Amino acid sequence: MNEAQEPVIEFRRVSFRVANEHLLLSDLNLCVRRGETLTLLGRSGSGKTTTLKLINRMLEPSTGEVQVEGRSTLDWDPIRLRRSIGYVIQEAGLFPHFTVERNIGLVPQLERWAPEKIRARVHEMLALVGLPPDRFLSRYPRELSGGQRQRVGVARALAGDPPFLLMDEPFGALDPLTRVEIQREFRALQERLRKTIVFVTHDVREALLLGTRIALLEEGKLVGIYTPGEFLHAPDPIAATYVAAYRAGDGNPNL
Amino acid sequence: MDTLNFFIKNQGQILQLTLEHLWLVGSSMLLAIAVGLPLGILLTRRRALSKPVIGAANIVQTIPSLALFGFLLPAPWLGERADRLAITALTLYALLPVIRNTYTGILGVDPGVREAARGMGMTDGQMLFQVELPLAMGVILAGVRVATVITVGVATIAAAIGAGGLGEFIFRGVAMVDNRVILAGAIPAALLALLLDLLLGLVERKLTYAQ
Repeated sequence: MNEAQEPVIEFRRVSFRVANEHLLLSDLNLCVRRGETLTLLGRSGSGKTTTLKLINRMLEPSTGEVQVEGRSTLDWDPIRLRRSIGYVIQEAGLFPHFTVERNIGLVPQLERWAPEKIRARVHEMLALVGLPPDRFLSRYPRELSGGQRQRVGVARALAGDPPFLLMDEPFGALDPLTRVEIQREFRALQERLRKTIVFVTHDVREALLLGTRIALLEEGKLVGIYTPGEFLHAPDPIAATYVAAYRAGDGNPNL
Repeated sequence: MDTLNFFIKNQGQILQLTLEHLWLVGSSMLLAIAVGLPLGILLTRRRALSKPVIGAANIVQTIPSLALFGFLLPAPWLGERADRLAITALTLYALLPVIRNTYTGILGVDPGVREAARGMGMTDGQMLFQVELPLAMGVILAGVRVATVITVGVATIAAAIGAGGLGEFIFRGVAMVDNRVILAGAIPAALLALLLDLLLGLVERKLTYAQ
């Protein structure tokens, strides 16, 4: 098997229910290949975030199995698993009592890297996301704009050099101009770094721009997986709704 | 003038009783923190326990202090020494604000921050010491402050069971119908409460991250 095609995250008949009643995800089969960016597209309640959290074992499947690197997430030590997966959420979830430097250096610090090595890595990460280190290192999250906070969030997720990145609507709370700017930068970054990324969004424009493939979810079920080209011509009525919204210049069918 | 003269004449005893008072308050607060803080943390991990435990602490606080001192009097080891008994009762009183504020302070931490911490692979201990406690510190210390001020006041009742402290002057003054004597207990107690509140306020500012 060609390395680029190798599945590194795999969902096998995964269902997830809360308190034995409400089914949030049913019978999901999904492969994420090494180095690709898979966007999970769907409206609120479609199971996108649940899918994401099953990967780093923030949630455990009710039935079926999620494999990361060929091993069920239940066989992984959850701490080890999570430290090898960068995690970015909406509003970034930065620690308000940590400076930018400590926020970014968090995973290296947990992994007990030498202080000089952490310092160098933090500088490198800040430069990578386009924030001059000398101006930002000692700031607190409250002293940053929304876009800057999100950049720091990305830098923090990358600091431990994890092979995977999970992103849960990371740019959802940004104003439209900043969002477009940061999406473009992120795309460039992703072409350089070649991480395996699972990216949750409800914005079809974002899904098409950032995803090498798009997994469309609706009410806890997978509608289909498409490349951006396929998605635009997908016969499925649900996909067609998104495409219509996209063509109408409105990225978000929920609006 | 008369009162001032009385204060000067009895300054040795005022000082001694103030120190006794401080001992009662200080040791019960240390005990209350030593018990209440871990208990509050435990409740955030076992939330089903929070209602009964906080409820129990609440009930303890509704018992009139004099009655609580009385109830504990026949207890085997406690009843042997008055200060031991007083410290136990005062600790029970101080427990509620410490437990409650630890609990609500930790649960008040932004869920996004908590989720990020967990998602990045923090262990429960790392999450507690690096994220939850630092962020909840302001609320926890506010609880300690409230508890301390309450304890300074309630500790004056401890004199009724012979545990000493500034309450001695107050009870004696009431018995003698002499305001000077009452004030010799009441004024230092009030000053002590204000001083401790001020000190803990400084600690709070030092340990709480700037909002």
